[in-house]
Amino acid sequence: MKKRILIRGNDAIGEGAIQSGCMAYFGYPITPQNELTAYMAKIMPKIGGVFIQAESEIAAINMVFGASLTGVRTMTSSSSPGISLKQEGISYMAACQLPGVIVNVQRGGPGLGNIAGSQGDYFQATRGGGHGDYRTIVLAPYSVQEMFDLTCLSFELADKYRSPVMVLSDGVVGQMLEPIHKDDKNVERKIKDKDWILDGCKGREPRMVRSLLLGEEELEKYNWELNNKYKRIKEQEIRAELYNVEDAEIVIIAYGIAARMGKQAVKEARRQGLKIGMIRPITLWPFPEQIVGNIAQKVNSILVIEMSLGQMIEDVKLAVEGKTKVHFYGRPGGSVLEVEEILDKLREISN
Amino acid sequence: MKKLFSYPDSLKKARFSYCPGCGHGIVHRLLAEVIDEFKIREKTIGIAPVGCAVFAYHYWNFDVTEAAHGRPPAVATGIKRVLPDRIVFTYQGDGDLASIGAAEILHAANRGENITVIFINNAIYGMTGGQMAPTTLIGQKTWTSPGGRKAELSGYPMKISEALGQLDGVHYIERVAVNNPENVLKAKKAIKKAFKNQIANKGFSLVEVLSMCPVGWAVTSVEALRWIEEKLIPVYPLGVIRDKSKST
Amino acid sequence: MIKINIDQERCKGCRLCVIVCPKDIIIMSEHLNSAGYHPAIKIEEKEKDCIACGKCYQMCPEVAIEINKE
Repeated sequence: MKKRILIRGNDAIGEGAIQSGCMAYFGYPITPQNELTAYMAKIMPKIGGVFIQAESEIAAINMVFGASLTGVRTMTSSSSPGISLKQEGISYMAACQLPGVIVNVQRGGPGLGNIAGSQGDYFQATRGGGHGDYRTIVLAPYSVQEMFDLTCLSFELADKYRSPVMVLSDGVVGQMLEPIHKDDKNVERKIKDKDWILDGCKGREPRMVRSLLLGEEELEKYNWELNNKYKRIKEQEIRAELYNVEDAEIVIIAYGIAARMGKQAVKEARRQGLKIGMIRPITLWPFPEQIVGNIAQKVNSILVIEMSLGQMIEDVKLAVEGKTKVHFYGRPGGSVLEVEEILDKLREISN
Repeated sequence: MKKLFSYPDSLKKARFSYCPGCGHGIVHRLLAEVIDEFKIREKTIGIAPVGCAVFAYHYWNFDVTEAAHGRPPAVATGIKRVLPDRIVFTYQGDGDLASIGAAEILHAANRGENITVIFINNAIYGMTGGQMAPTTLIGQKTWTSPGGRKAELSGYPMKISEALGQLDGVHYIERVAVNNPENVLKAKKAIKKAFKNQIANKGFSLVEVLSMCPVGWAVTSVEALRWIEEKLIPVYPLGVIRDKSKST
Repeated sequence: MIKINIDQERCKGCRLCVIVCPKDIIIMSEHLNSAGYHPAIKIEEKEKDCIACGKCYQMCPEVAIEINKE
């Protein structure tokens, strides 16, 4: 049965994790995601799960690596500077094909930056972040409901593709209180029988999980295998919301919190007679390039809005392939976009 | 025919990739014998480090993973907390444990993680070609201390086992060496105790093994045994550093 | 009767078994194994002196030595 509850964005991620059968959470304090760690500290012991406040983000992601090896669903969360530290572990998880969920409640950067919500980590999230030729699935919630829903989806995708999955949120949605609907279902918490986990070699040959491949052409072959997986993900997992695009002359492209303001701007512009629509990528990697490419052929121009100096715009331009003009409006450093500023930019473009 | 001394089941038949006279092979065998004797091969999960022993999964005949440099204690924590009835150990060198992974080992020890740590101290980075380790001796020449380690530049040989011994979470730490048959037997006894502690849920146990790296020290295999006796042991004295079962 | 068995292919010729054997039963061979090392060998006629102390086994970094009683 669907239940309606009022919940904070960060807590909704925790609730989504618990509903998804997450049995091990490892965290380290950093604002603005602390509510999530505290939520897991409270709930995990009650469901017989593991909660550890690690000594660092590096340790936390490596604990996720260890827990994932045993086959349980596992998660860590942090905010931008902490996510930088986790990149080492994410690269190793991608290399060893270990499922796990990494939540980034983004704050302003670079460096220590500030604690306001930001979208400055798009490059880091979608380009792999750590070293090596790998990809991470990236999901971008724009509401508290999606904090819950996409966390659930992230666990499904992590298991389906044996891959780390990132939920790329931000401090604004993280701190936001909204009502959400959630299923109250019986959660499966047993370790699923997976043919790669390490749980002792009773009744089978010993297994090894590793990422050092020094044999001749061994690593190239393995990278091609990973690439085939990434191709499958691209074919099957792209998600985007289309809003009023059918007759649109200008299309806004925005994800996460910026899309909230974008949607508001579309509504307001429509009231004023401007034919504006919006594409909201939900998977940032894989990026909905075909959707963007097709719509680019039908519109006069595209406006990318981001709470950064312009990062997703590079993926938009790659998808548009010069078929239409791509404009940008953004504010970095944890500043929130105003609907009126977006409308000004839309008027400027349409003239 | 009665086997008096023979190849343990917990070792695969693969040839080691280590240099002649290297101590890793001896310690691998001791580990395997202990695992055989406790009959825990089928419930053991080992964690190999970054360093010469990175290939340990080719040699150990049970489940093994390989952690990022310095992170085995964090990976072990993740495994052991989810599967508390399995036997989890890390095998780490001095660079892995005392340098890049200093935070991870310190906190795993302080949490009293119920794991076993085998810490190989040979006072040098072997795999990358013989650089200075935190445990390198004063005056010891390495690739990155060509004039010998100087305290004013690089600090002092790190006695990390003594440092870890201060932590209340630690159940047992002993330093051993594998430079003569008597010491090898003592090393086995210590490793056995460290696993026994885990089986009995006593908490964190670590065995530091002073081990030969003749190539890294630029001495012969036989000279390396003496090098441990004359150079390493005076700085890193052998014996029990902490044992909670005896402190009550 | 004690039998010493030294795996000629595993041995890397480090000599640690030679120096710890109290009965001087083990020496280095003249021949090379496939990896290019001179492996340790037992002096056949001295094998009867073996007291099965296991010191060679304990020190062998290659786990190349087995000692059996027949």
